[in-house]
Amino acid sequence: MINGVGREIPESIAGIKNIKPYINPFSYVPTGHLTGPAIKVNKPRSEKVLSSIEQAIDASGLKDGMTISFHHHFRNGDYVLNMVMGVIARKGIKDLTLAPSSLNTINEEIIPYMNQGVITAVETSGARGKLGQLLTSGQLSKPTIIRSHGGRARAIECGELHIDVAFIGAPACDTYGNINGVEGKSVCGSMGYAMVDAAYADKVVAITDHLVPYPLFPISIPQTQVDYIVPVEAIGDPKGIASGALRISKDPRELLIAQYATAAIEYSGYFKQDYSIQLGSGGASLAAARFLKEKMKKQGITASFGLGGVTAPFIEMLEEGLIKAVYDVQDFDIPSIESIKKNRNHQEMSASFYANPHNGGPIVNQLDVVILSATEVDVNFNVNVITDSNGVIMGAVGGHQDTAAGAALSIVVAPLLRGRLPMVIDQVHTVCTPGETVDIVVTERGVAVNPLRSDLKDNLKAANIPLMDIEELRNIAYEFAGKPDPIEVSERIAAVVEYRDGTLIDVIRTTV
Amino acid sequence: MLQIIQPSQAGTVESNDILIILTPVSADKGIHVELTSPVLKKYGRQINNVIQEVLREQGIDAVHVSANDRGALDCTIRARMMTAIDRAAAKEVLG
Repeated sequence: MINGVGREIPESIAGIKNIKPYINPFSYVPTGHLTGPAIKVNKPRSEKVLSSIEQAIDASGLKDGMTISFHHHFRNGDYVLNMVMGVIARKGIKDLTLAPSSLNTINEEIIPYMNQGVITAVETSGARGKLGQLLTSGQLSKPTIIRSHGGRARAIECGELHIDVAFIGAPACDTYGNINGVEGKSVCGSMGYAMVDAAYADKVVAITDHLVPYPLFPISIPQTQVDYIVPVEAIGDPKGIASGALRISKDPRELLIAQYATAAIEYSGYFKQDYSIQLGSGGASLAAARFLKEKMKKQGITASFGLGGVTAPFIEMLEEGLIKAVYDVQDFDIPSIESIKKNRNHQEMSASFYANPHNGGPIVNQLDVVILSATEVDVNFNVNVITDSNGVIMGAVGGHQDTAAGAALSIVVAPLLRGRLPMVIDQVHTVCTPGETVDIVVTERGVAVNPLRSDLKDNLKAANIPLMDIEELRNIAYEFAGKPDPIEVSERIAAVVEYRDGTLIDVIRTTV
Repeated sequence: MLQIIQPSQAGTVESNDILIILTPVSADKGIHVELTSPVLKKYGRQINNVIQEVLREQGIDAVHVSANDRGALDCTIRARMMTAIDRAAAKEVLG
C-alpha cells in the first residue's frame, strides 16, 4: 500500500499487528473504549516497601514474554533502566518487550540483554548511538515500533501498548507510593511521561533514592497506582539528568536562523496578546526564545502559555511575566526543575494531556506557534528526525508529530547544510512528521512557506526575510554539496514509524 | 606529467575539511584510494570521482591516496588534493 506521504507500507509485517497506513493527520477516527490496569487491592497496614529490585520483580509476577516500561526523565543520567534490566537478566527472564518513553546513550549498557534474548522487542520514541545501530540492524525478532510522545500515551490508553510492569524512577517517594520529581538528590522535575505508565500498567514498581515518611506532598503519581517501592542507593546521576542553564549560541548561522524564525513568527499573524508557544531545546530555538522575548517586551505582548520540554529561557519569561503559565511534561535544566517546584504557574502535565490525539483534547491543540528542529526536510515538507545520513536510527520523534499537527503555526528550523549534507532534499529517508502539518521551513539561506499556507506567505512578505520556494532551497544545497545518492536498503524492516494516531507513516529498513 | 616521489599530506580533520595523505607506489601498482567519510553512503561515489579527476588532470597514474573526509565540499577536496600533489611531486625533467 502507498500511504498518504507516498511511502510503501507492506500489508503485513511480521511482528506488527493491525497495520493501518497513514492517510492524513486527522483522517483516522478511533472507536471503542479505553483500556485499564489490573484491579488492585491493598489492605490496611500492609507493606509496599520491599528490600530489593529482585523482590519487586518476583512480587510483580514478571514472566517471559511480558512488556515492561520505563520513563526517560533522567535523560543521560538514568540508572534505573540499566539497573532493573540487569536484575531481570540475572533472573533468567526472556523474550521481554521493552517499552520506555525513550532511550538515551547511557542505556547502551542493556545491549547484551538484546543479544541474549532477554529483550526481543522494543517500542520507543527513539534511540541513539549503539542502541540506534542495533535497532536498525534488524537483529531483534520483532521490528521496533517508533512512536511520538502523544502516540505512546494513545497506544497505552487504548490498549495497543499493554504494560505488564512499569518501573518508575522516583526522585521522592513516601512509604505508601506517592511520588514527585522535585525533592531528593536526583530531581528531574516533571514526571509527565511516567504518569501514563503508572495509570495503565498492571503492576507499578517505584524505585527511589529518597524514601520519605508518609505523606509526601506535592503528589505527581499517587499511591493508588503504585504496588511496590524499592529504595536504592541512586536512581541517577544529577549531572546527566539536568544541564545548567544553556548558554545562548554564538554561532552566526544559528543566530541568523533564529532571527528569521522570530521574524516569521512576528509577521505570521499569530504574534498577538495571549498567543501560546513551544520551543525546542536546540541552539536556534534557544536563540529564538531570546529574540522573541525582546519583541514581546517592545510590543507589549504577553503569552497565555508556554509548552514543553521546558528550558531556562521559558522560565525567565515566566518569571518576568511575559508568559502567564508553563505546562511541563519534561525538564531539561536546573532552572526549569527549580521553577516547577516553587512556581504555581508552572504546571506539570502528563504525556496524554500534552499530546495524545485520542482523548478529549491535548494541549498541543491549543498551541499557536511551535519551533521544531529537523534532521532532513524534503520538498514536500516531510520531516525526518529519526534516521541519520547513513539510514541509521539516531534520534527520537518526541513531540514533533504532535506539536506540528496541533499548532496553528509550525516552524521547522535547520541549517541548509550540516557538513556536506543538505538538509532540504528531494525525499527524506524516513518520514516522521507529514509535510501537511509543517508550515514554514527556516534555513540561514532562505525561508520556505508550505504552498498549502498561502495566507502565511502573504503575511510574511512584510517580514523582510528571504522567502523562496522550497525547491529553491534544495537547489542551493545541491549546488554546494551535489545531489546525494540514495541510501541502499534491504527488504528487511527493522522498525516501523507510527504516526501519532497509530497509523504507519513509514518503515525503516536495514541498510546494505 | 607528474610523479609522486615522496609522501605528503594536506588538509585537516576539522569538520567540512578533508585530510589527504599521498604515498608513492611503484608505477605498476596504479591508483588506490582509501576513503573514510561520515557521508560515505550519500557522497562516497562523488568524493572518489573528484579525487580520481584531479589525479587524471595532473597526469598521475600511480599513487596511494588516503582520504579522511569530514564532510568537505568538492572545491575543498580539489584544493587539498592539489596541495598534496604539489608537496609530493617532482616535475619530470627531460634530457
